[in-house]
Amino acid sequence: MSAPGERRPDGEAGQEPDHGHKQPIGWMDKPDFVKRLFLAFYAICGVLIVAEVVFGKATEHPHPYEGPFGFYAVYGFISFWFLVLLAKPMRKLLIRSEDYYEREGGDDAE
Amino acid sequence: MMLSSLPPFALFFIGAVAVGFTKGLPRKVLVLAIPLLGGLNLWFNVDPGLHLQFQFLGEYTVTPFRADKLSLLFGYLFHLAAFLGFLYALHLGDGDVDGAVAEEDQTGGDTAGLQHVSAMLYAGSALGAVFAGDFITLFVFWELLALTSVFLIWARNSERSYATGFRYLIIHVVSGVLLLSGALMLANRTGSIEFGHIAGELGSDGSGGLIAAGPGGWILLIAFGIKAGFPLAHNWITESYPESTPTGAVFLSAFTTKVAVYALARGFGGADALIYIGTAMTFFPIFYAVLENDLRRVLGYSMINQIGFMVAGIGIGTALAVNGAVAHAFADVIFKGLLFMAMGAVMTMTGRTKGTDLGGLYKTMPFTATLCIVGAMAISAFPFFSAFVTKSMIMVAAIEEHHYIVWLFMLFASAGVLEHAGIKIPFFSFFAHDSGIRAKEPPKNMLIAMSIGAVLCVLIGMFPKQLYALLPMEMDYHPYDTTHVLVQLQLLCFGALGFITLMKSGVYPDEKRAVHIDAEILYRKLAPWLVRTVGGAVARIDAYVRASVLELVGSVLQVAAKAHGPVGPLARSWPTGSMVLWVAILLVAYLLFYL
Repeated sequence: MSAPGERRPDGEAGQEPDHGHKQPIGWMDKPDFVKRLFLAFYAICGVLIVAEVVFGKATEHPHPYEGPFGFYAVYGFISFWFLVLLAKPMRKLLIRSEDYYEREGGDDAE
Repeated sequence: MMLSSLPPFALFFIGAVAVGFTKGLPRKVLVLAIPLLGGLNLWFNVDPGLHLQFQFLGEYTVTPFRADKLSLLFGYLFHLAAFLGFLYALHLGDGDVDGAVAEEDQTGGDTAGLQHVSAMLYAGSALGAVFAGDFITLFVFWELLALTSVFLIWARNSERSYATGFRYLIIHVVSGVLLLSGALMLANRTGSIEFGHIAGELGSDGSGGLIAAGPGGWILLIAFGIKAGFPLAHNWITESYPESTPTGAVFLSAFTTKVAVYALARGFGGADALIYIGTAMTFFPIFYAVLENDLRRVLGYSMINQIGFMVAGIGIGTALAVNGAVAHAFADVIFKGLLFMAMGAVMTMTGRTKGTDLGGLYKTMPFTATLCIVGAMAISAFPFFSAFVTKSMIMVAAIEEHHYIVWLFMLFASAGVLEHAGIKIPFFSFFAHDSGIRAKEPPKNMLIAMSIGAVLCVLIGMFPKQLYALLPMEMDYHPYDTTHVLVQLQLLCFGALGFITLMKSGVYPDEKRAVHIDAEILYRKLAPWLVRTVGGAVARIDAYVRASVLELVGSVLQVAAKAHGPVGPLARSWPTGSMVLWVAILLVAYLLFYL
């Protein structure tokens, strides 16, 4: 990640950074605030687990696999990791340069 | 009352002509008034059961206007989508938008009229298609959908958009031709061109599966499937949306695919094959969405994923599932429209839509960022947002019908939605690394359109009964109970926790300036290669055969020239004596044989 306010060197078109003015400081530039935000989020996750202990699970149409405690939490967490861990080797196999279809052999070739 | 019996598309088609001849304020008034008037007319004056019919070729009944609960729901939706789309695009033609860098929006001068007329005809065609009561009318509007919308891609005015537009056109024209072929085969079998239920066990009518529909039914399913973005036919979505103008993508995302969902709901409710096709559609695009750099292309993959839920719901075929599918289509047009609007606003103001180029825009575009987050929460199905009350109907129906594995896949896909649309879209454009871009907020009309979309996302989520009352089938469903809210929040929050751990551990893949091969390789690389290779082989064989034949003809001519040429023996003038001698010899030979 580049430092806040720093302009990435790869951009040539588009909106130029406003060097003449003071760079605005956003809340993401304040590490303490971001840290507190994360802590709040972890607390929400904790509350959701406690809530399952308190309220339990009682749906009108229960799914046979959703019974175990914390099923949805574990499923959500694992899904993200599974998604990314499968997407990464997929990228190795499928990635091509940006002009892949425009190069000779593609129908956009001139 | 005259207006009530006028097919809804007519107002848009007449309006398009008027829009074409106006400029400035009158044009702005027109583009907003037409969907507003049409929508109000539909809401207050048109009741389910209204039909407009006439005889065609003696034996066929053409129905250009059929109003029932299913078509009316899509009718309301398309009027709403058109209104929001035009409000969002209202600044086109105004000259420079302060700070905007996207060329097509900077002036909009050259293409503003074209885009407005095209969008008006496009919205009219979508309305024509959903109110079509027969296949002939449906076919006409099916083709018009493609012909009118392609200008929203070509208005980008680049080499790439021209090529993309042509591919888009070809794919959709093929879909239309298949629709007509299938419809004719079906009409030949049934003697009717009415567009009704084709295959699948809808509710408990037991009208048979896909096999019973015959080849006509299968071809129709493929025709609908192409427009709905079935696997292998899905890349027109991911290709054309990112290549269209910022405002054009908002219209494109609303109509074509939803007309296809409507057609599937009308024709193939309860067709088992759709459950598995739909589940595949929810599943595979999320992997591409993780890797994709162009955020409007990510939304294209997201579109396929969401349509997957609808297709699966239609396939399950119970009242709850079909209602869920069409309700989710309704919600999707609004939240996906909102996300496309947010990305369009970013594109207008920065000229970029790629994750590698963006980031940190929340500092100068806080309203756009907030509205984008509302859209992201709606598509992720957070409680009190729209998808929570629509997608869950499909999920519950899957459990009720004992499609447990399908349900697990859909639950995984739901987590995937949060990843690419809920987190990736807002995070990489407005947060993540600071790109240094200090773009201003987009024009007010864009912000107002986005705000209305955001409010609707929340209203539908909080008061679902109003939407449920419009659904085509009778059902009793209550989305809000403690468990549903709790487990959904667990899925989403722990999914987000997964994202945080992936980012912090550096496992999450970087955005890369690259393309990832998808099914489009079949027609963008393989087909041209095949044409070149097969064409080359045919040319070589052709050249060889031509050369051989010419050689043969040449040698025959040579022999003939030897005999008949100027010095050939057969061309010489022989003396009469030798002729008499040969006749005498022949006569003697004859005499000898005779004796």
